[in-house]
Amino acid sequence: MSVGLPLEAPTVSGPEEGPERSDFWVYLARKIGAAIVSFVMLLVVGFVIFSLMPSDPVSALTRGRPTSDAQMNHLRQQLGLDHPLWERFLTFVGHTLTGDLGYSYEYHQPVSTLIADRLWPTLLLMGTSTLISIWLGMWLGIRAGWRPGSALDRGASAVSLALWSVPTFWLGLILLVVFGSGSVGGMPAIFPAGGMQTHGTAGGLAPSHITDVAWHLVLPCLTLVAVIFAQYVTIMRSSIIDERGNPYLLTARAKGLRDEVVRRKHAVPNALLPSVTVIFLQIGGMIGGAITVEVVYSWPGLGYLTFTALRIPDLQLLEGTFIVFSAAVIVCNLIADLLYRALDPRVRRQ
Amino acid sequence: MTGPAVPDTAAERRTDGPPGQPLLDVRDLTVTYHSGKIPVYAARGVDVALAPGETLGMAGESGSGKTTVAMSLLRLLPAETTVTGEIRFRGEDLLEANWGRMRAVRWAEASVVFQGAMSALNPVQTVGDQIVEPILLHEKVGEKVARERARALLDSVGVPSRRIASYPHELSGGQRQRVMMAMALACNPDLVIADEPTTALDVIVQAQILGLLTDLVRDRGISLIMISHDLSVLASTCDRIAVMYAGRLVETGPSREVIRGPLHPYSRALAGAFPTLGDPASRLAPGGLPGDPPDLREEIDGCPFAPRCPEVEDRCRTGRIPLVEQGDRAAACVHVPGYDEVVRHG
Amino acid sequence: MSAPEQSPARETPVVEKAPSRLVPVGRFVVTVLRMPSGLFGVLVMLAFVLMAVCAPLFIHPSDLSVTQATGPLLSAPQHGYPLGTDPAGRSVLLLVIWGSRTSLAIGVMATALTMVLGAGIGLIAGHYQGRTGRLLMHVTDWFIALPSLPLAIALAAVLGQGATSITIAIGVTSWTGTARLVRAQTLAVEARPFIERARALGATDTQLITRQVLPNVMPLILVSSTLTVASAILSEATLTFLGLGDPTSVSWGSLLNNAFMQGAVTAGAWWYLIPPGIAILIIVLGFTLVGRAVEHALNARVSPR
Repeated sequence: MSVGLPLEAPTVSGPEEGPERSDFWVYLARKIGAAIVSFVMLLVVGFVIFSLMPSDPVSALTRGRPTSDAQMNHLRQQLGLDHPLWERFLTFVGHTLTGDLGYSYEYHQPVSTLIADRLWPTLLLMGTSTLISIWLGMWLGIRAGWRPGSALDRGASAVSLALWSVPTFWLGLILLVVFGSGSVGGMPAIFPAGGMQTHGTAGGLAPSHITDVAWHLVLPCLTLVAVIFAQYVTIMRSSIIDERGNPYLLTARAKGLRDEVVRRKHAVPNALLPSVTVIFLQIGGMIGGAITVEVVYSWPGLGYLTFTALRIPDLQLLEGTFIVFSAAVIVCNLIADLLYRALDPRVRRQ
Repeated sequence: MTGPAVPDTAAERRTDGPPGQPLLDVRDLTVTYHSGKIPVYAARGVDVALAPGETLGMAGESGSGKTTVAMSLLRLLPAETTVTGEIRFRGEDLLEANWGRMRAVRWAEASVVFQGAMSALNPVQTVGDQIVEPILLHEKVGEKVARERARALLDSVGVPSRRIASYPHELSGGQRQRVMMAMALACNPDLVIADEPTTALDVIVQAQILGLLTDLVRDRGISLIMISHDLSVLASTCDRIAVMYAGRLVETGPSREVIRGPLHPYSRALAGAFPTLGDPASRLAPGGLPGDPPDLREEIDGCPFAPRCPEVEDRCRTGRIPLVEQGDRAAACVHVPGYDEVVRHG
Repeated sequence: MSAPEQSPARETPVVEKAPSRLVPVGRFVVTVLRMPSGLFGVLVMLAFVLMAVCAPLFIHPSDLSVTQATGPLLSAPQHGYPLGTDPAGRSVLLLVIWGSRTSLAIGVMATALTMVLGAGIGLIAGHYQGRTGRLLMHVTDWFIALPSLPLAIALAAVLGQGATSITIAIGVTSWTGTARLVRAQTLAVEARPFIERARALGATDTQLITRQVLPNVMPLILVSSTLTVASAILSEATLTFLGLGDPTSVSWGSLLNNAFMQGAVTAGAWWYLIPPGIAILIIVLGFTLVGRAVEHALNARVSPR
């Protein structure tokens, strides 16, 4: 509240392009810098877990396989375990940045090759599931939030709570046994019992291949969607509830717009803004679900790779997948930050 | 009790309906909020009338019910609110209308300039889109024509028309308020309700906005209801003033007379704190009255102002104190000459 | 009290107990139980704990032993085996009941670890604002961004199979939520005027934390812990299912792991797959609803209307 007479009335000149642009670059630089710091911390944690914590990485590596002492010493030298700690860390960082994530003794291949091979299936699964979940979550969340306490709202909350309260993999198992096994109560095996494609089918972009993969994708995708769509419902619902109290909605109503139009053209665009960025932030949470779904359905992605790495355990492979997953989340968070800035007309000018 | 007599003061540029028929005739309006567990009696038995082209100011502190009454005219209150009485707009009782009719009346026949333009405007839509929206909704014109009109409206309120593509946050407070006015005029309504149009603005801009508003409504012959807690603002812009306290109408009359010689002790306090233009601090507390307005969750017996009134008598505390007319003025006070007559013949 | 001239302030201890905003515990419990969600949740919790504790009374080692089991192999529910049998002929019902012991135990232990870590970090970050506090918050924020299952898998794999590894893995991946809550509450409590007074009177950091902040933070921790147990049980099931648990102990996750590894899916052995999941569902729901009911009751207390 001003206490005296202002000296001049505030004015605003034309839209300022100059400061806006440079502001953006500063923002971008700041966010990228933060992401880099996060990545370095990630490497530190990875190093601590995989190189420092195991009492003897070599015996961990060769667990379960008869190895002579000479071979173990040779491995020790190879892994540079006789070098000082900081040197090992720097070597590790150097290797990681150049794409060398180690060697998998289980598969007899470089870890990076294994990861590259399995990347696409995981992207396909997570991507499809995300898109479907977003659509479903938004549809349900907007309507639930628009009338809080309504039957739809309470129903959606109950279903979301139930789905959150069961392990993802269990849902997958149930769906698989009911629809994919053909052994339950006369129900035929509608969907494949696992894997990404039927053995022996043509690869590439042949329509038969695409259909085959799609068919295999149904159950895993359904499972993953069931678990994550609830989060998007919650996000959209809270967004809409937050928007509902805003005065500009009353203005819209006063103009004579119907309730549905007020919701669709005024409330939703405003509510979507924070939601879009939250969607990217949720991707990190989805990774756990994706891993277990891949395991249940033997979907040949990074999650399944991680699972097989557990069996020995193949520490180099585990480390590789850990870093890749975590780095992916860091990148998604960065995208979320930039996206918010790019989309919100208010935030654009800061 | 009858409401204040309808004056045929202001020029009747609008000649809808039989001459002398008020544009707006509100009778016994009672509004009860049910948003929480306890009902809030926000307005009780309010009678207001407005002639075509007339400007009416509704004065009172916050919680007095003035905004409630204004919002109820277009039925913009929350769904759980009970509204009884009559709201006759050009003879038609809006409280009886179905929603389709209400939506048609909204903006096209009566529009609102809301308080706090920053939050009353959609932050992610351009100003132009928001002005065009009601035009496209209520009139059968194309997008281009609507945009042209929007540009013309912006010009008429003193905002450069290139601003049509700006977002609300890119404008100054004063410009946003002007945009709100342009928007309110978009469909050529007969009535504009301005809710505290200048509260959030600094004083120089306030004067500009008030001047603009009065010019606009006068040029187009629009009736105006202006709500404010600032009596000085209303005095300079309105033909008549209605003072509200604790949900009841306590005084009405031509603004000059009400300000110069208030009949009701509350109006006197309000006017007594006659703030000097340029001193925002004095705007808010009427005359340094002791006490607080009554809790609207309780039914009030007698005059709501009794606990704080310097002239209170025993008979003020029970029963309903009706409005007593004095020519084209009226006040709900036992001290108004003619009160006893009214009560006797009541 | 001494002579009237002496100011009463001299008699008060340097750090008073925080002005209590707590309504007696009894009434609080009743509030929680009045809510249908609270009632259901508490009943479920009690039922499962009872079941887990009493299990040794009616389950013999022979029922759980793979070699000594006498039931038909992997058969559907039938007389004597209400939930059917597993591939070794053991009763699934008994297995599920026995499994609650490990699952609950790990859930509770992991929650305790989470609370200690989270509350500890939260208190320190909230109390020592400035470089320490900000650093801790940056670390917390970074941790939140880290995907939890890969981290848990990494930790459990490196630490070796077993309940301890799983407990530690869950603890390390779950503390961030509590830390944030506790920090926010610590900041709120320390903003109150009597804290300044206590500081001026010479209270040490430890005194402030233990006598002022902690009592006000405990209710929050209570709510947080019920919800944490729920998610810890889910995490335990997932990690055990992936093979990181102790192969000799029976838990819900290990039952499902066995089912999966031994082809219960292709065999269509739904009776082996469904019960452990339902058990998890019920108990997680129970804890979650109790947590929400407690939160509701706490909010109702603080704002008396």
